Amino acid sequence: MALQPGSPKSLEVRPSAWGGLATILDTPQKRGVAIVLLLAFMAVAPIAFGPYATVILTNALLYAILALGLNIVVGYAGLLDLGYAAFFAVGAYSIGILTTTYGWNFWAAIPVAVLAAVLAGIIIGGPTLRLRSDYLAIVTLGFGEIVRITARNLEITGRASGIIGIEQPWLFGWHIATSRDFYYVFLILTVIGILVSVRLSRSRLGRAWLYVRHDEDAAEAMGINRVRVKLAAYIIGAIYGAIGGAFFAVNFTAISPQSFSFQQSTLFLMAVVLGGMGKIPGVILGAFVVVLGPELLRDLGSFRYLVFAVGLLLIMLFRPSGIWPTGSRR
Amino acid sequence: MTLTTLIAQQLVNGLVLGSFYALVALGYTMVFGVVKLLNFAHGDLYMTGAFAGFGAFSLLSGGLGTGWFGVAVSVLCAMFAVGILGVIIERIAYAPMLKAPRLSILITALAVSLVLQNSMLTLTAGQFIPFGPKLGFGGIDLGPIFINYKQIALAVVAALLMLGLELFVSRTQYGRAMRAVSVDKDMSELMGIDVNRIILVTFFLGSALAGAAGTMAGAYYGSINYFMGFLIGLKAFTAAVIGGIGSIPGAMLGGLVLGLLESFGTTLPGIGSEWKDVFSFTVLILVLVLKPTGLLGKSEQERM
Repeated sequence: MALQPGSPKSLEVRPSAWGGLATILDTPQKRGVAIVLLLAFMAVAPIAFGPYATVILTNALLYAILALGLNIVVGYAGLLDLGYAAFFAVGAYSIGILTTTYGWNFWAAIPVAVLAAVLAGIIIGGPTLRLRSDYLAIVTLGFGEIVRITARNLEITGRASGIIGIEQPWLFGWHIATSRDFYYVFLILTVIGILVSVRLSRSRLGRAWLYVRHDEDAAEAMGINRVRVKLAAYIIGAIYGAIGGAFFAVNFTAISPQSFSFQQSTLFLMAVVLGGMGKIPGVILGAFVVVLGPELLRDLGSFRYLVFAVGLLLIMLFRPSGIWPTGSRR
Repeated sequence: MTLTTLIAQQLVNGLVLGSFYALVALGYTMVFGVVKLLNFAHGDLYMTGAFAGFGAFSLLSGGLGTGWFGVAVSVLCAMFAVGILGVIIERIAYAPMLKAPRLSILITALAVSLVLQNSMLTLTAGQFIPFGPKLGFGGIDLGPIFINYKQIALAVVAALLMLGLELFVSRTQYGRAMRAVSVDKDMSELMGIDVNRIILVTFFLGSALAGAAGTMAGAYYGSINYFMGFLIGLKAFTAAVIGGIGSIPGAMLGGLVLGLLESFGTTLPGIGSEWKDVFSFTVLILVLVLKPTGLLGKSEQERM
C-alpha cells in the first residue's frame, strides 16, 4: 500500500485526471516530494485560510483519524463495523468523566481511555467475531446503539445533556486552547495515524488481514488464527477511535450522546468507502470529502445529505473500489 | 394495578408490538432466504410505507372518509406502492451487486437505506407528521384489561397477512419456486425456474408487508417521521434472528417473542423503559452468540 497524498487540494482535480495522478506519482521520490508539498500546504493552511476554515479542516482531520482506524477494521480485515462511533464515544466519555468528575490530568486519562476502548473492543468483538460478516455488521450496529443509549441514561455520563466544561490540556507549558492549536494537534495525530497504518499494512499482521479478507478458510488452513487476527484489527481500530474521541472531547470541551449516533458511524464508514477501502490516501480523501462536501453544499440545506447518500450508492454501483485510483499494487 | 392486570396488559402490548416486528421481520427473512442478502433498507421501506399510506389516506379521505375503510384502502395502496419500490430497489441497486463481495453489497444496502431516509427528510423537512384517522376509542372490556378495536384490528390483519404469506409459500407454484431458490439457487435455475423473477416476487412481497406494517403503525401511533424505520428495522432483524433467519414461521414467532420480551422485560425491576432498546440488542447479541440458528432456523455450515 503506497503512501500517496490525499488532501483538500486533490478535491479540485477532476475525476478524469485521477488516472493521470497515479502515473505522475509513479516513483517513490516523486511521491516523497508530493507528500512534503502536501504537508507544507497543510502546515500553512490555517494561516492562509483563516479561523473558519481552520475549524472545518480540524474536523476533517478528526474524521481522517477515525476513518484510518475504521479502515483497519473494514478495509484491512474486511469486517463491516456499523457501530464505530461506540469506540469514539468510549474515548470521549472516558476523558470527560476522568477530567471533570475525578479531576485527572488529560494526559494521564488518555491511557485509561485507550484501555477502556480496548476492553470494549474485546467485549463486543470476542464473542461475535466468529459470526458471519452480515451478522457482525448488525451486532456492531446494536452495540453502537447500546453505548449511546447507556451514555444517555447514566448519571455519570451526564444523561442527555452530556458532559460540559472539559478542560483543555497543557503540553509542556503550551496550553492547547485555540482552534489553531487543535488544528496542529490533529494534524500531528493524523500523520502518526497514517504512519502506524502504513507500518501495520506491511507487517505480518497486515498480510494476515489481507489473507483473511480474501479467503478466510484458506487463511485458517495456513495456520492463521482468524479470530485472533480479526480481534487485533478490532482492537487497533478501537484505539484509533478512542484517541480521536479523547481529543474531540478536549477540543469541543463538551460532549453529548448525539455526537455518537448511528449517523455518525455511517459517516465514518462513508469516508472509508468513498475514498477506497484499504487505501490510505483514499481514506484520507474520503474523510475530507465527507467533512468538506457538506460545507461546500451548505446552500442545499438538508438536501445535501440526500446528495451524499445518492453519491455513496452511485460509488458502490459504479466504482466499488472508491474514488482513489487503484494502483498497480493492490 | 394488580399483578394480573399488569401481566394481561403487558401481554396485549407485547402482542401488538410483536405483530409489527413480525410483519417487518418477514421481509428480512424472505429476502435473506432467497438472495442471502441482509436488506438494511428494509426498515426504511416500512417508513416509506407509512408515508405512502399517509399519502393515500390524505388523497382518498375525501371519498372514503377518515374511518376504518379509509385506513384499510390506504394499507392496500401502501402495500402495492412499497412492493413496487422494493422491486425497483432490487433492480437498480441489488441485482448488479449479487455476485459482488459481501461487504460491497452490505454497504450498498446501507446506501439505499440512507437514500430513502434522506429523501423523506428532504420531503418532510424532518418534521413529525400527524396521521390521524378517526378510529374511535371503542373496544372490548375484559374486566382487568381493556383492548381497543385498533389493537384487535392490528393483530387480526397481521395474522391474516402472515397466514396469506404462509399459504402462498406452501401452496402456490411461486411459493414452491421460492423455497427451491432459497435452498439452491443454481440448481433451481437448471430446473427451469426463472430465478430473477422469483427474487422480484420475494422483494415485492417482503416490501409490501413492510409497507402494510408502516401504514398500520402510523395509523396506530398517530404520527410518522422519516426516522421511524431505523429502530424497527433493527428490532425486526433481531426478531428474525431470534426465530431463525431464513425461516418464515421463525420470523413470526421471533417477532412475537421479541415483542413480549420487550414489554415484560421493561417491567422488571431495574429495567425501565429507557433501557428497552438496550435490552433488545442485548437479546440479539446473546442469541447470535449462543444460538445463531435461532429458534426455528436450520443449522447451516456457512461462514463469512
